Amino acid sequence: MLGSGLDDLYQEVVMDHGSNPRNMNRLNDPDSTAHGFNPFCGDIVDVDLILNREGNDIEIISDIGFHGKGCAISLASASMMTEAVEGQSVNQANKIFADFHSMVTNKNVSLDNYNNLGDLEVLSGVANYPTRIKCALLGWHTLIAALKRDTNTVKTE
Amino acid sequence: MSKVFDVNKIRQDFPILDRTINGNNLAYLDNASSSQKPRDVIQCLVDYYENYNSNVHRGVHTLSMEATDLYESARGKVSNFLGATDPNTVVWTRGATEAINLVAFSWGFKNIGAGDAIVVSQMEHHSNLVTWQLVATRQKAELRVVPLTENQTLDMESLADSIDEKVKLVSICHASNSVGSINPVKEIARKAHEVGAKILIDGAQSVPHMPVNVIDLDCDFLAFSGHKMLAPMGIGVLYAKQEILESMEPFMRGGDMVLEVWNDKATWNSIPNKFEAGTPNVADAIGLGAAIDYLTEIGMDNIRAHEIELTDYALQKFNQFEELDVYGPTDTSIRGGILPFHSEYVHPHDIGTILDQEGIAIRTGHHCTMPLMRSLGISATARASFYIYNTFDEIDRLVDAIEHTLRYFSTGKK
Ligand SMILES: Cc1ncc(COP(=O)(O)O)c(C=O)c1O
Repeated sequence: MLGSGLDDLYQEVVMDHGSNPRNMNRLNDPDSTAHGFNPFCGDIVDVDLILNREGNDIEIISDIGFHGKGCAISLASASMMTEAVEGQSVNQANKIFADFHSMVTNKNVSLDNYNNLGDLEVLSGVANYPTRIKCALLGWHTLIAALKRDTNTVKTE
Repeated sequence: MSKVFDVNKIRQDFPILDRTINGNNLAYLDNASSSQKPRDVIQCLVDYYENYNSNVHRGVHTLSMEATDLYESARGKVSNFLGATDPNTVVWTRGATEAINLVAFSWGFKNIGAGDAIVVSQMEHHSNLVTWQLVATRQKAELRVVPLTENQTLDMESLADSIDEKVKLVSICHASNSVGSINPVKEIARKAHEVGAKILIDGAQSVPHMPVNVIDLDCDFLAFSGHKMLAPMGIGVLYAKQEILESMEPFMRGGDMVLEVWNDKATWNSIPNKFEAGTPNVADAIGLGAAIDYLTEIGMDNIRAHEIELTDYALQKFNQFEELDVYGPTDTSIRGGILPFHSEYVHPHDIGTILDQEGIAIRTGHHCTMPLMRSLGISATARASFYIYNTFDEIDRLVDAIEHTLRYFSTGKK
């Protein structure tokens, strides 16, 4: 009997990823690692990446792992992120981030614009909960820092 | 129904309690952060701006004199409320934070030196910790943090060990905003005085909720905020003993705090004006006076008794949640109306969002006590906190909503 408005936030897929996050493991000998922190709630997310250059010199995320402590939204978002960007090129990952960021920060944009995001669409409800947007973005900001090999702690505030 | 007073009658004095949030009646359980305001206080502000608004202390015209009278009479109300003997021992500040900083800058930097020590506790609000970190660092003094017992009360043995001849100041909260514990500040004041140290009591969570008498406690400094006790935001108080205030340097410089000014020097006004540079927050000070009238009418003993009833009820109801850790002492004679809880399975923010959908306002996070959270091995809690207008019914709603949340998160089903 949760308020019906909550169903668009805590969709089943979100609850599933929140309680059983995928790729929640540290990688051995990662090519890049970044550390994310949300001082507002104390949530943390660490992202490890294995990056490989392919023949045509395109950098690919060949493995990604994360470790984190946080709410259902931040864990689900980080977990789904790892699935979305694994095997993608760095450019594609940046593009997915840009679209995801736009989706969770704009509540009046039609989901048709985000067809390329696949499963990540289940997090679109976050746009209706301004206080939770940072939770959804923490893992992503940390990923972007790892792609840039930025070792400073990423802060959402 | 409360046995202490008619809560429903009190609720009618608070216009905001008529609001609905996400289709439900507001249950406002975030009082440790800030309280709601009764119509008397809101009306007092309107009345001031419609009929008396003027700058104080410097005018010969009628409005200025009337505004000054109202403003100074509010100071008198605070003084009486605290059992102080002289209204001039009441200094207006923006709130508890500014009051603590005032003591640090005007008294701390002069009286705390290299090799001295400052004692605080592990349950301090950042305002009463970070401020003393600055003084300790700059003065090369030692900052001693007294640990807590396993139910988050102050460890009195460690406290006794910490207070030695090196200590110049013990700065400690009367009641914790984060775990609710009420500290035996009278006893702590005695211990501090035995070694010649001063005591600052952070009364942000006690002055709004229980009788506090500065003479009985024999405290040197007391800091609190108006907005947590039915008054507007932006007004607060530093009480200090007269001889200490007299000995202190000004905090800020500017108009009103001076007596005579030359090109190259100035002399200071008498207390409390010496610490009140610039145009003060006249309207909100008068608003705090109105809030004190309202609280006094109900009686601080009654307010404390009501909150004990609510807290006992809530603690007993929370016993059913085996999966929740509830922090703070279970003995409500040493606990304020503050109920922090934590679940391994549901993050406080998820709880807060779900409760908000039910119209229940609680706070989630570290509550400006990060070191305390760290010592508990967690990063955040969900916290319900009570005041005069809260009801058993609201606690029932809280408990039901938490139950649904826990069930939802453990089974993924509604
Ligand atoms: C125990 C305690 N001390 C100090 C403060 C700071 O009060 P303010 O932010 O009103 O200055 C608070 C407010 O949360 C508090 O609970």
